[in-house]
Amino acid sequence: MNTQSNAVPESPLDSQVIAPAAISATRRMYWSVQRELWESRSIYIAPLAVAALTLFGFLISTIHLPDKMRAALALDPVQQHEVIEQPYSFAALLIMGTAFIVGVFYCLDALHAERRDRSILFWKSLPVSDLTTVLSKASIPLVVLPLLSFAIIVATQLIMLLLSTAVLLGSGLSVAKLWTQLPLFQMSLMLLYHLLAVHALWYAPIYGWLLLVSGWARRAAFLWAGLPLLAICVVEKIAFNTSHFAAMLESRLSGGAAGASTASGSVLMPPMTQLTAGQFLISPGLWIGLGVAAAFLAAAVRLRRYQGPI
Amino acid sequence: MACIEARGLCKAFGTTVALDGIDLRVEEGRILGLIGPNGAGKTTALNAILGLTPYRGELKVLGRDPWTERDQLMRDVCFIADVAVLPRWLRVSQALDYVAGVHPRFDRAKAEGFLAKTTIRHASRVRELSKGMVVQLHLALVMAIDAKLLVLDEPTLGLDILYRKQFYDSLLNDYYDRSRTIVVTTHQVEEIQNVLTDVMFINRGRIVLNCSMEEFESRYLEVMVNPEHVAAARALKPIHERQVLGRSLLLFDHVDRQQLAALGDVRTPSIADLFVAVLGNQAGAAQGAAI
Repeated sequence: MNTQSNAVPESPLDSQVIAPAAISATRRMYWSVQRELWESRSIYIAPLAVAALTLFGFLISTIHLPDKMRAALALDPVQQHEVIEQPYSFAALLIMGTAFIVGVFYCLDALHAERRDRSILFWKSLPVSDLTTVLSKASIPLVVLPLLSFAIIVATQLIMLLLSTAVLLGSGLSVAKLWTQLPLFQMSLMLLYHLLAVHALWYAPIYGWLLLVSGWARRAAFLWAGLPLLAICVVEKIAFNTSHFAAMLESRLSGGAAGASTASGSVLMPPMTQLTAGQFLISPGLWIGLGVAAAFLAAAVRLRRYQGPI
Repeated sequence: MACIEARGLCKAFGTTVALDGIDLRVEEGRILGLIGPNGAGKTTALNAILGLTPYRGELKVLGRDPWTERDQLMRDVCFIADVAVLPRWLRVSQALDYVAGVHPRFDRAKAEGFLAKTTIRHASRVRELSKGMVVQLHLALVMAIDAKLLVLDEPTLGLDILYRKQFYDSLLNDYYDRSRTIVVTTHQVEEIQNVLTDVMFINRGRIVLNCSMEEFESRYLEVMVNPEHVAAARALKPIHERQVLGRSLLLFDHVDRQQLAALGDVRTPSIADLFVAVLGNQAGAAQGAAI
């Protein structure tokens, strides 16, 4: 290291002008995430579109709502609860599923598109590190999408509830049953837990892997993401006649330890006893997965340093 | 302090040697033209300087190692690598927002001022702009950054002559202030001859000529030799000879001007002529010198 080089001749005036303009890492991160939202508008358009479609369908279904409520009143409380809650869970599942698919496709494209359209040369001409860039891209499926889908789901369910209330009041029925069987606040808490535990933490290695592949593959990122995993399953099956890897993949995709308690249909079941946050947080699967995700992301950061346009 | 300092810079892609031990020193405030045929290693050299590619050898840009400190280096370095690297989905207003958001030395008002002189609208996406406008936009962004080093790799490729002229005009008038350093590569050598303070020829990963423009002008002379003096002129060992309209044009290196004036009309050669002469003399330079 040249000793001269440390003493960059900068007049005191210069450094005074520049010092206040220094940009914090948070601000760089914020704009990097903002940039992702500009580029991939499907991140919020797709869940919003699905929410709108759900609401449209639900609006049509309210024609039968008074009849359905009358029939539900004859059932016992547990069935009553299921009947009333069913469309709300369905809406939540639909939006979460959409967010997951959006996240998968986003990750597969995130580090690939900038190389494909050569814009990586522009991004790299700015003082933003590869680490910030990769983290901002990873934050889309790990932070932005879960929180966004949470907000959209809660808003959708609220609108559904208000619609039902209006319809029921219009047909002269009591809304007491509807409101007592739909603990929206508890449902939201469960939903938030599910989104953070499963979609952000448990799925982290999936997104990490997809980001890594999108930074590495020159083309057909989609195939590169799936085929090596399939190959490992096949080789394991032929060589040892076992399917541990396939089982591991399946548990990862199905939600594993977290999914066992909150998977699919039961996501919105109100009993708080189902919240096994403690068990989930100490499950080795979670921590191994997070470790693997961190390794994938570290590899993606390193890779981006070497990668140029393709 | 030198702006760029390289010693024994090497880079190979597999068995292809792109940079074969380059020694380079660019002082602050110079405008260096890096000239070479396609595949000579110009872009590789620039990529090394910009921290876009790993290399062997020593390299310091503004006192930093570009490969390990790219993000810090980019606070003081700007580059336009090729036209059309701005993402096509980006809006002009978003480009301004983003650069203002991440670059500590970006002066947004200045960029807006440059853009106001063009027909580019803030709401437009890059994909809706013509090639010339994209370059104007990129240049407006870059010129609004108070950088110490600007690297331009074929910045005017594919632009018509009006945009090309405008590009170098605004660069000189609105940007260059003698404390900034500019490194530029281009195939349109004749257009930047008057802009440069230094010129460097690079071929097959090696520097074949490196001199300032003052030195260039005093050192190289081209003589339109009168027919009766051709033999005498050849005795002075020209580095290149060509025929133009039936007369011989001889290019000399380090030959006294007075002596040459007796043989015919003496003038300073263009960089392009010298380029052909220097590279033409290199064995096997038949690989289309793309000037």
